[in-house]
Amino acid sequence: MSYKRVYLDHNATTPIHPEVKKYMVDKFDLFGNPSSMHEFGREARQEVEKNRKIIADFINASPDEIIFVGSGSEANNTVLSLSACPLKSCNIKGLIKPKLITSRIEHPAVLETVKCLNGKSAEVEYVDVDSQGKIKLDQLEAMLRKEQALIVSIMTANNEIGTIQNIKEIAALVHQYQAYFHTDAVQAAGKIDIDVKDWDVDFLTLSAHKIYGPKGIGALYIKKGVPFCPLIYGGHQEEGRRAGTENSLGILGFGKAVEMRKIEMKDEGIRLLKLKNKLKAGIIEKVSHTKVVGHEKDCIPGTLNISFEGVEGESILLYLDLMGIAVSTGSACSSGSLEPSHVILATGLDAEFAHGSIRFSLGRDTTEDEIDYVLDTLPGIIGKLRKMSTRELRS
Amino acid sequence: MSDSNWVYTENVKDHFMNPRNILDNIEEYKYDGYGKTGNIQCGDEMLFVIQVKDNIITDVKWKTYGCASAIASTSKLSEMVVGMSLDKAYHISPQDVVKALGGLPDKKIHCSVLGDRALRAAIDDYYRKHGMDDKIEAQNAKVVCNCMNVTDKDIEDAVLEGARDFKTLQEMTKLGTVCGECKDEALTIMEEYIEKYFD
Repeated sequence: MSYKRVYLDHNATTPIHPEVKKYMVDKFDLFGNPSSMHEFGREARQEVEKNRKIIADFINASPDEIIFVGSGSEANNTVLSLSACPLKSCNIKGLIKPKLITSRIEHPAVLETVKCLNGKSAEVEYVDVDSQGKIKLDQLEAMLRKEQALIVSIMTANNEIGTIQNIKEIAALVHQYQAYFHTDAVQAAGKIDIDVKDWDVDFLTLSAHKIYGPKGIGALYIKKGVPFCPLIYGGHQEEGRRAGTENSLGILGFGKAVEMRKIEMKDEGIRLLKLKNKLKAGIIEKVSHTKVVGHEKDCIPGTLNISFEGVEGESILLYLDLMGIAVSTGSACSSGSLEPSHVILATGLDAEFAHGSIRFSLGRDTTEDEIDYVLDTLPGIIGKLRKMSTRELRS
Repeated sequence: MSDSNWVYTENVKDHFMNPRNILDNIEEYKYDGYGKTGNIQCGDEMLFVIQVKDNIITDVKWKTYGCASAIASTSKLSEMVVGMSLDKAYHISPQDVVKALGGLPDKKIHCSVLGDRALRAAIDDYYRKHGMDDKIEAQNAKVVCNCMNVTDKDIEDAVLEGARDFKTLQEMTKLGTVCGECKDEALTIMEEYIEKYFD
């Protein structure tokens, strides 16, 4: 079998869109500080604001509700750290140790932040998910009813299994109990339509590099009138909401990436769903003892998480890598920690399933040939590893 | 295939891709010693069987549910111990195997200890069956972590391999990763060994 390089890890990061690259290269000499009053500065300011509007339009926000940050992680940290702010203006409820509620399947940028705050400046509660990764709304409501919460943070779509939450319904519930609602939409943006007004969210996180834009640039939507104070102090940039000279080149790459998403995402979603279903059906047909993790219907189109009984994920990942295929795994061995995927465990599956899980995330450059190549390659790899495995196949 | 910048050395890659001495069918393999270690919660499990003649290991086979480091290091180990005396094989250390492989990333060292543990368990099994119980060293070792069956001797090994804090000790031995009750005792023992060997 001939060797091919096949990138199926688009939820980790995406290749730069050729149009984004072209635009960024064209504008590479735009060096002026957007805060300067002279022409060099004004030229940069114009680009920054033009792209702020493009990004705001993309999620139905006003440009002044968008601040640029260094990453999705920074945006998440910024929102959750509001609970730790000593200033009255953001500790809106005057709560001494405000309650934060989040889910068990959030990205580490949320989970690690609330873990750090927990018990010190905030009290944290975690909502469980069902076997398909959907938030248990009853449990969330019970938490909200029991005690006033400050912020609830639930991701729009999960990075590992792709499950999409009903954000509109969750936001309405949270607001019924006078708490603020944040959603990390990093994995959802550019894959499903986002409308901050219709959803009625207070904060929303975006990142450019997941949508074929550059790394090192993210955005945070902050609803007008919602109390806020910055995570990073030191300058008046972003209306005093995030200090640091704007990453103009990143911002205009981000804006161009969003423009391209507007054009491409609908057709691409249909195409990727077909390819994913082909991959899923092919794996199930060719490999016994597998388990697909995620929501049957409410799932981002290109994400497939599948667990292989009796084999350890890092071994699968590295054998695939030797064949040129790039995926990721929920195995503890590849994470550097000794814990397997918290997301797979949260869906109620045991550690063996988590250790043996592989995430295929397809993207705009994925072709049917590539899916065929994976389907030709993978069964042999699983067979080889199962042959040397100590585990009995269950189910 | 592209072979540049692989996560592991060429030697590790070779053993990972073409593991030696894999146990095909245990029903058909007449072993003299059988050892199984590991824990599926932590994502690895290892089975090692040996054939012995006149206290010399004549053949070995193994199987694993494990990552690339576990596969490669056990494959290498399985080559190293054939022809070795039981006593020498019993005292082979994970560092010897890692060295023979040309090194592993620090984070992956703990995955490589599985093979020699399973080998030692297989030799113990042989000793037990042949009335040589006095040779079994693990019997003299004291279990510190009951969940993961880690002894004070394992802590000693970890210190020798570089553990200086609890987190590293956990990564190397997997001690205290389930209920965590052994933390204080483990810390005291670790300090004692650091003092013994390095202060």
